[in-house]
Parts: sequence; structure tokens; C-alpha cells
Amino acid sequence: MTAGSVRIGGGSRFFNGAVLRFVARRLLQALIVMLMVMTANFVLIKLAPGDIVDVLTGSSDMTAEQIASLRQEYGLDQPVIVQFVKYFARLAQFDLGYSNQFHDTVLNIILGRLPTTLLLVAFSVILSIVIGTVMGVAAARSAGKLVDSAISALVLLFYATPVFIVAIVMILCFSVWLGWLPTSGLYSVGAGHTGFAYIKDVAAHLVMPVVALCTFYTAIYSRLARATMLETMHLDFVRTARAKGLSERRVIYGHALRNALLPIVTMAGLQVSSLIGGAVLIETVFGLPGMGRTAFDAIFTRDTNLLLGVMFIASLAVVVVSLVVDFLYALLDPRVELK
Amino acid sequence: MNGAVDKLKLFLRRPSGVLGIAILVAVTAMALTAGHFFPDGPTRMVARPLLWPGQQAGLLLGTDRMGSDILAGIMYGARASLLVGLSAAAVSIVVGTLVGAVSGYYRGWADDVLMRITDAVQTIPSFLAAVVIVGVVGASLTSVIISISIVSWPMIARLVRAEFLRLRNFDFVHACRIIGMSDARIILTQILPNCLSSIVVASSVLVATAIIVEAGLSFLGLGDPNVVSWGSMIGSGRTVLRAGWYITVIPAAFVVVTVLSINLIGDALNDALNPRLRER
Repeated sequence: MTAGSVRIGGGSRFFNGAVLRFVARRLLQALIVMLMVMTANFVLIKLAPGDIVDVLTGSSDMTAEQIASLRQEYGLDQPVIVQFVKYFARLAQFDLGYSNQFHDTVLNIILGRLPTTLLLVAFSVILSIVIGTVMGVAAARSAGKLVDSAISALVLLFYATPVFIVAIVMILCFSVWLGWLPTSGLYSVGAGHTGFAYIKDVAAHLVMPVVALCTFYTAIYSRLARATMLETMHLDFVRTARAKGLSERRVIYGHALRNALLPIVTMAGLQVSSLIGGAVLIETVFGLPGMGRTAFDAIFTRDTNLLLGVMFIASLAVVVVSLVVDFLYALLDPRVELK
Repeated sequence: MNGAVDKLKLFLRRPSGVLGIAILVAVTAMALTAGHFFPDGPTRMVARPLLWPGQQAGLLLGTDRMGSDILAGIMYGARASLLVGLSAAAVSIVVGTLVGAVSGYYRGWADDVLMRITDAVQTIPSFLAAVVIVGVVGASLTSVIISISIVSWPMIARLVRAEFLRLRNFDFVHACRIIGMSDARIILTQILPNCLSSIVVASSVLVATAIIVEAGLSFLGLGDPNVVSWGSMIGSGRTVLRAGWYITVIPAAFVVVTVLSINLIGDALNDALNPRLRER
């Protein structure tokens, strides 16, 4: 392993009792979160006009007998607690119901939309970490000078600008005025691109959504990188690295900035949750066929079932990501107590 | 009292904090005087649609696609933004402080239960949750405020809990317990005042976030349909982006400048109230 890479603690560390307890504990926490999301969904169904079967069937073309049997199946003649348990049992089996708008199960609709959102979120996380870190390093290296002030001003602006405003300003500049980039959709309909041309086409459609979505977190990573750099640049191990004759780039990215790795991993975990929320706005502005856009459409077609399905799957995605982040964290830092 | 004066001096030493205050005072003044300058409300048609700013005398910011005065919309919109921002922050602070205080003071099973709930709410994508709540319950000013509060209180709860865990073992708290002071009184009159500076700094973040979320919701058409807000102005202007970009950009600029001013105030407050962190 090179000096710049992360050392992973002793091999047996990940296969002993402490690890199993850690995994079990985190899984239990994840389960609690999902149970609470399900409870919240149930409460929202109760708050919505009509009963649960109205919600599940929408304004549907089912016969009266079918609806009556469904009411019995859901136990609407029984106490709330029984309905609650039945609803849980269905969700636990990923039975999210049926959408009449799309003539498909809610699960299928969402799974079809999930890749677009994941693509958007993944690119945004990566881009914001890269740009934010580079900005932070540049600011720290010129601390107190013009470049630092300019980057600080930019960071303040990024902090204060909601993603949908960034999106609209970008559309105005790059589509309306300059005519460089397409404003909506994931690819050019009817262009029939294949191979490399298709990838280029999708990339052109995704540039603005990804950039708009990542500005806020670019600001956060920039502050993080700047603070870490200012703290570590004077320390002995950085001086040693310099004295060894390492290039400036190796000194910064291989040594000084290493301390920022853990906060960045933590932040990336939080970011995913926030970006899935932001995706509702971005996908709506850019007309991308993702999960957020589906939630938006579901509200205006009064498809509560689909809406709550999106909530359920999105929460599940975030829970899985935060589990991965926790394990990654323990893997990256041998000092982290597995408790 | 002297401490407060010193802190005020520290705050005023930061020009960015003073700038933030100045902007926020201006926006508040706009919100308060909206009814005086535009007694007929923001949606009345006053002239030809799509008049550019300055194109017709008396219409400083021009008209939107319905022929309403954009300045009137901006002033009434300031009302909606500040009302939602402050109310949602207030509710979040009350709920978050209550949860955090009970968690940190009593610890034990109450702490476990409350913190699991806090974890769960923090994990859920907050903007999506706000969209879902408003979407199911129906859009009104109240539902927007409640939905934002529901997703924002955990931050305060964690902060207050950490402060209570730190402060509960201090000698002055033990002393209060020995003289027989009730738990409620210790929490409210002894420990809580010591957390206030942290809560004040965090509340600036809450207000800024609430304003952003409100703008996002009303941009999507999920705001109160009877209230003109900056978000809804941006949303309706978007359809005529080519013909009149100013309709979108003017309210957008007000959102950014207002949020920026609150962030500047927050940074200055942080420097003034938590001097330990000042080097950052």
C-alpha cells in the first residue's frame, strides 16, 4: 500500500463478536427507522380524506363488490390497531398497492424511476466532493488573500441559494440565452442516438440538473476542506512529508487532507438524504423521469398511494446508504469503537 | 448586563453581521408596510401584462404575466416568507428544546426512545417528507408551517440534549437538587438559560432553512393557494422565462438575499456568542 492510501485495521477485527453486535445494533436501528416511516405513512393515510381503501384504489374503476371485499381484507370494520398491523404486514412484503393512473403496481413504477434519481444523486455527491475539496484547498493555500475571499463569497452565495433557483438561473443562461444545453428530459426524444452519441446526449441533459443539485454541498465540502487544511498544514507530519521531497500535490491530498476523509464520508451520508429531497425540485424543473418527479405528479393526480410509496422507498434507500456509511466509517478509521 | 453589551460590541464589530441585520430590517419593513402601500392585495391587475421594470412610471419592478404589480407581490411575499420562516423556527425550537431537555436531563429509557425518534426523523429525506405531508393534508399556510417544523426540530433536540448532558453534572445543578428544587424548575431556570446562546445561533439556520423549504414548496404549487409568496412567483414566472425573465429572477433574488442576510447574522452571532470558535 502506498503512503497515501488508507490503512485498514487488523484482519480479524471484522469477524469477531464485537463486529456482529455492531452490525446487529445498526440493523436494529435501521429497522426502527423503517417502522417509524411506515407508522407515519399510516397516520397520513388516516389524515387523508376517505379511508384506506379509497386511498389504495384511487378514483378507480373497481366494482362495488371488489371494493367491499378489499375493505374486509383490510379490516376496516375492525379496530385501528388491526388495520395498522395489516398495513404493516403488506408494506413489509413490499406490497405498496396499485396505481390506477399508471395501470401498474406502485413498486414497479418506482423501481422504473429509481435509476434516474440514483444517477442524479450519485453524480451530485461525487461532483460536490471533488469541486468542494479543490475550492477549499485553493482557499486555504491563499488564506487571507484575494482568492480566499473570492471563494468565501462564492461559498456564502452557494449556501444561500435554493437548488431550484440555481436550476432556473442555469436554464436561463445556458438554454435560453446561449442555447447550449437542453432544458428537459433525460435524452432527446426521437433523435435515435446510439452508442457514444447516446451517452453524450444523456450527459448534455444531465449536466445542469447535477450541477444545480450539488451547489449547496459544494459549499459545505469547501468549508470542510479549508478548515482541515488550515488545521493540519502547520503540523509536523506535513512538514515531514515535505521534507521527504514529496510533490506539493502528494503532500496536500495524500497527507494534509487525509484528516478530512472521515467528516466527508459522514457528510456524504447526510447529503444523500438531502439530495433525494432536492431531487423532487430538480426533476420537476428539468422534467426528468425520476422518483422525485413521480412524487410531484402523484400529488396532482391525488395518487396518495404512489406518493407514500415514494416516501417508503426513498427512506429505505437512505437507511441503506447510512448503513453503508457506518460500515465504511468503521473500516476507514480503526479508532472508531464498534458499539 | 455588561456581558450582553460586550457581546453586542463583538457582534457589531463584524460588518457582515451588520449588513445582514440591515437587509433583514429592510425586508421586514417591506412585509409590514405591504398592506399600506398596496391595500388591494398583490393579485390585482394594475396594467398590461409583461411590462418590464421601469417601462411604465409607477411600476418599479414591472408586471407579471397576469398584469399584477411585481413590487406588490414581492412585499406580500416577504410577509409569507418571514411568517413561515419565523413560525416554523419557533415551533421547531419549542419541540426540539423540550425533547432535548427531557432526553439530556433524565437520560435512561426516555432518552433512548426520544433519540431513536430523532434519528428516524433525521434520516428521512426532509424536503420529500414536507412535500408528502402537504400533499396529503392539503396546502395551507398552517400545513406548510407544520410540515417544515416536523422535519426541522431534530437538529435543535440534538443540540439541547448535548448541552444538557454537559451541564447536568455541574456543581450548580447538584446544589439546586440538594436544596430541593423541582426538576422542571432546574431545567427551565438553571440549565436552559445556559444553552440559550447555542439555540440562538442554531435558530438562524432554522429560519433560513424554513424560508428555503417554503419557497421550494410554493414553487412546486404546494404553498397556500390564497397567499402570494416568492416561491409561487418564481413558479408562475418560469412558464414565461423566455418572454420575461425578470418575473422569475426578481423574487429569486429576494429569496437569496434574505437567506444570505440571515446566514450572515448567524455567522456573526456565532462569533459573538461562542468566542472559543472564533479562529475558524
